[in-house]
Amino acid sequence: MLAFLAKGLFRDRSRSLFPLLTCAIGVSLVVVLDAYQRGAMDGMFRVMSSFVTGHLRVTTRAYAKAGTDASNDLALLGVDSVLAGLRRDFPEVTWTPRTRFGGLVDVPDSTGNTRVQSPAAGLAVDLSEASPEREILRIEKSLVTGHLPSASGEVLLSDDFARRLGVRLGDKVTLVSSTMNGSIATWNFILCGTVRFGILAMDRGAMLCDIKEIQQALDMPDAADQILGFLPREQYDDKLATRLASEFNAAHPGENEYAPEMETMRTASGLGSMFSLLDWAAALILIIFIVAMSVVLWNAGLMGSLRRYGEIGVRLAIGESKGAVYRSLLAEAFLVGLVGSAIGTAIGLGFSFYLQEVGFNVAGMMRNATMVIGDVIRARIAPMSYIVGFLPGLIATFLGAAISGLGVYKRQTAMLAKELGS
Amino acid sequence: MENGVVVCTDKLVRKFHVGRTELVALKEVSLEFRRGEFAGLVGPSGSGKTTLLNIIGTLDTPTSGSATVLGERVESLSPVRAASLRSRHIGFIFQTFNLLPVYTAYENVEFPLLLLGLSSAERRRKVTDALEWVGLADRAKSRPTQLSGGESQRVAIARAVVKRPELVLADEPTANLDAENSHKILQTMVGLNRDLGTTFIFSTHDEKVIRYLRRKVSLVDGRVAEDRTLEPGEVRSQKLE
Ligand SMILES: Nc1ncnc2c1ncn2[C@@H]1O[C@H](COP(=O)(O)OP(=O)(O)OP(=O)(O)O)[C@@H](O)[C@H]1O
Ligand SMILES: [Mg+2]
Repeated sequence: MLAFLAKGLFRDRSRSLFPLLTCAIGVSLVVVLDAYQRGAMDGMFRVMSSFVTGHLRVTTRAYAKAGTDASNDLALLGVDSVLAGLRRDFPEVTWTPRTRFGGLVDVPDSTGNTRVQSPAAGLAVDLSEASPEREILRIEKSLVTGHLPSASGEVLLSDDFARRLGVRLGDKVTLVSSTMNGSIATWNFILCGTVRFGILAMDRGAMLCDIKEIQQALDMPDAADQILGFLPREQYDDKLATRLASEFNAAHPGENEYAPEMETMRTASGLGSMFSLLDWAAALILIIFIVAMSVVLWNAGLMGSLRRYGEIGVRLAIGESKGAVYRSLLAEAFLVGLVGSAIGTAIGLGFSFYLQEVGFNVAGMMRNATMVIGDVIRARIAPMSYIVGFLPGLIATFLGAAISGLGVYKRQTAMLAKELGS
Repeated sequence: MENGVVVCTDKLVRKFHVGRTELVALKEVSLEFRRGEFAGLVGPSGSGKTTLLNIIGTLDTPTSGSATVLGERVESLSPVRAASLRSRHIGFIFQTFNLLPVYTAYENVEFPLLLLGLSSAERRRKVTDALEWVGLADRAKSRPTQLSGGESQRVAIARAVVKRPELVLADEPTANLDAENSHKILQTMVGLNRDLGTTFIFSTHDEKVIRYLRRKVSLVDGRVAEDRTLEPGEVRSQKLE
């Protein structure tokens, strides 16, 4: 009997293939969407942490309070000793100092007069041989021309920026900025290389130099804006970060606004609420999608049953009991749901894997974006990926058949038989 | 089933509720059918033929009165027992053939035997026999879409009689067939009735069918208007060809 029913299932495409495809397509979309959301979020967080906030950030209280208005006059003094303390107290975290600076880049012509001037967004980091920044900012990979600063006075510009300024490797570029104390500072650099990070905000007008260099240039000896900390795992762990930050802050009380304070990425980014919002939005999109898929699958089950009233009527007349017919409908739906969800999950995982390993370049679509975001969108497969589409696919298909199949029970046997052939 | 009584109805009433109005489809129908009968329910559309067949076939239950089919009281039969009674002893033939479209002729005929749990060897023998009775042994592998209307109905007959049921209920079996096919079908059924002793009850308003009947129960407006046994001679003389 089972073989007989299976034969019917395989032969009747509208009963097997179409629901199966519907299920597989829906499930694969859910799987990809889920992995994509996770990957996109990872990417955003990675860019945000690598380039802006770290997983942890130590600044003066005043600097933290000033938020995006913070400037170098609020920098942390005695950085070397703070850094040493951090490395001693939190050895599992990678600590690295940074200073942000703004100003004008002035390119002189052969006579020494200004040829072109443009505002620049500067970032000074530890570029020494053993620096963790090489890994964190992926500087070597981002190098388009030239080499990393190795001698004093060397600077990197973002490739687009250098092109726009019309400067070549070895050319002189002058930074016009202000010192920590507010007086004008000018400093001559030699362009030693150009970089492209694949992050629009960085690639437009960035200047990157060694932190020792900027300490001289802006007259801020042993000072830095911030010390960033990176947790061992690439992914941000808010619980761990929060714990470490409160440990540090408990050990560093005091009312001096130049005293160091540790913030987590969540608070430092000023995106605390956005973090949870993003989580919610992602969950919501997923839920809406799952519900939509379920409705479609359910409907498919409903259509299937309605279409089969004739067949069901004959089977009842020939002497199958309603229970047996209903159970066979459920078994079919279960089989279709199982296979469809498995296929859909496999396809979804395959595509997600591609997005995870290769990525999807959206640079062209986001020319004018100002957000700090990577231009390659990636997905990430997580344990959740294996069930996020599979279970709803299976359950929706099964429940769809279960509920629509109740019609078999509700209708009088004679009515089902009467609908034969019509 | 004493005295070879296969079906017995006593003051059978079946009412339907359509919105507020009540429609009485069967009004105190009392009838008896004996083993080996070849009987027809004849009457105009809406006279209650299908309703009566459905009750006799345990697909429906009466509103009042009783129906005894093969020794079982239809009105108090549980759905599972009713299904089991149908599967073992009752064969149905419908106006629109109602073959299961995804299965071959052979598989359609095999289906009732699967429900009875017969072995595959037994099934093969019985299905082959049944297809031979209806003259379609060579079309075993055809799908319903590849069969003509007449052939389809013959497969449906094979499906109804393959388990050698005591009772075959045929609701307007020739309504969708042309004259030639109608006669073929009826001759097939007459033969099965004669050779296997199967009881046939038809519903029909087709003159071609009526000519083959040995008993004609006329229903008018849910009542038995006439119940007449036709002489064998009468049948002979009316038979065409
Ligand atoms: N499920 C139902 N609900 C409501 N009314 C019904 C139902 N089934 C039958 N009837 C009504 O009962 C009456 C008898 O119907 P039935 O189908 O038994 O007639 P019939 O003699 O088979 O007619 P036909 O020759 O057209 O097939 C009709 O008036 C019909 O409308
Ligand atoms: Mg009818």
